[in-house]
Amino acid sequence: MSDTIPQVPHDPEASMYGPVTDWATDFDHADPDYNRHAHEIWADLRETCPVAHTDRYGGTWLPVTHADVTRIAYDTEHFTSRSVVVSTGEQIAEAPIGGAPPITSDPPFHHHARRLLLPPFAPKKIDPWEDDVRSLCHELIDAMLDGTAGDADLTVDAAVQYAQHIPVNVIARMLGFPLEDADLFRGFVHDVLEGVNHDPAVRMAAFERLDAYLDVQIQDHVDNPRDDLTTFLMQSTIFDQPLSHEHVRGSIVLLLLAGIDTTWSAIGSSIWHLAGTPSDVGRLQAEPELWPTAIEEFLRAYAPVTMARMVAQDHDFNGCPMKKDEWVLLPFPAANLDPAEFDRADEVHIDREVNRHAAFGLGIHRCLGSNLARLELRIAVETFVERFPEFELADPAAVRWSVGQIRGPRELPIRVLRRA
Amino acid sequence: MRIQIDSDKCQGHNRCYALAPELFDVDDYGSALVLNEGIVPAELEDKARLAIANCPEFAISEAD
Repeated sequence: MSDTIPQVPHDPEASMYGPVTDWATDFDHADPDYNRHAHEIWADLRETCPVAHTDRYGGTWLPVTHADVTRIAYDTEHFTSRSVVVSTGEQIAEAPIGGAPPITSDPPFHHHARRLLLPPFAPKKIDPWEDDVRSLCHELIDAMLDGTAGDADLTVDAAVQYAQHIPVNVIARMLGFPLEDADLFRGFVHDVLEGVNHDPAVRMAAFERLDAYLDVQIQDHVDNPRDDLTTFLMQSTIFDQPLSHEHVRGSIVLLLLAGIDTTWSAIGSSIWHLAGTPSDVGRLQAEPELWPTAIEEFLRAYAPVTMARMVAQDHDFNGCPMKKDEWVLLPFPAANLDPAEFDRADEVHIDREVNRHAAFGLGIHRCLGSNLARLELRIAVETFVERFPEFELADPAAVRWSVGQIRGPRELPIRVLRRA
Repeated sequence: MRIQIDSDKCQGHNRCYALAPELFDVDDYGSALVLNEGIVPAELEDKARLAIANCPEFAISEAD
């Protein structure tokens, strides 16, 4: 590893790789053009090269059809989850536990690590958060309006001032972490999930900062146990033994990082869609009974999460010679846009009733936080439309999309045309 | 009409319970269960078909 670390000082945010030359043979999910043009890239690959490959990151495959993504998601024998972030210099823990159980775990260990975390995220435990999430959304909008005259032109950033705060606030409260550390959490998310093409030494330092922060929080819970998920994990057992410190910390890494920019992305993409499609805003106001299908349609069309696997053993996949330890991206959003699976797949229909989308993954790794994510998404978008009944993109060219496996707007300037 | 859930396939997406709480419940782990032994009143058959058609894991089916 050490000989891959550049010896000269350089920008820690710089990519280890150059611009993409060809999306079928040299793609890079962290190239800024990838998420910006993802729908076109996937549609093109579906026609020309349904399983793309790049030599980047030590070798990475990109299947884009619903059938292939599904097949890999269900195949835990040929594909391991021991690392799920395609990146340079990832510290890859051993199967079957991995660094952030249960998302990085394989069967049979996975079942046990997941089962202990399912109850706190089951629907009947998550539903009671609805009022708190709604209050938070209103507070964020009140803060945007603070000091502005009621009839003045108003431009807000729906990603920076709104979407990004909602999941951070909720998960910090669930974990029992200081709410004032929200910027720190977003920094960890950026380092781990967006900085995937940085110098391995830079990445390693980011993981060390994250672990050191979590060690402090865990120690605080040792000293002051309380009713939250951190204490719950510390008091949990697996195979009749307390969870190891590494398991507790790894699961907190998962809970802290996996719920933040994913949900923030889904909220932002949904608002981005509505800003460009005022007819859908009008229809939701006239027919509020459409909200449930609208939310599922936003999840289908703008699914934020591309998962990943590593090839567990050399094998042939649809004629592709997959080698052990190569990466495989699992773009659930690309699967959701496959016309072989969905009628009018490239169109958004907020009244789509049959919608077997895979936004939360398929198989044993179904997003643990899906009930919470759905709740936050629904309340956040409903509240935005309730408070701002008419709005549009202030400057479509100023919308900045994330880089990496989580896709959503990071800057989303919205011109508010009417306030409730 | 009678419906059933393959509990090996259900991964707790919660789509059925959200669509048709008259027909489904979820347990403490978020896994789905059929209510009333899966027997669907005539007026809820459309909802049952929607639940079947929206399950991402193909875990719900019409019983013979």
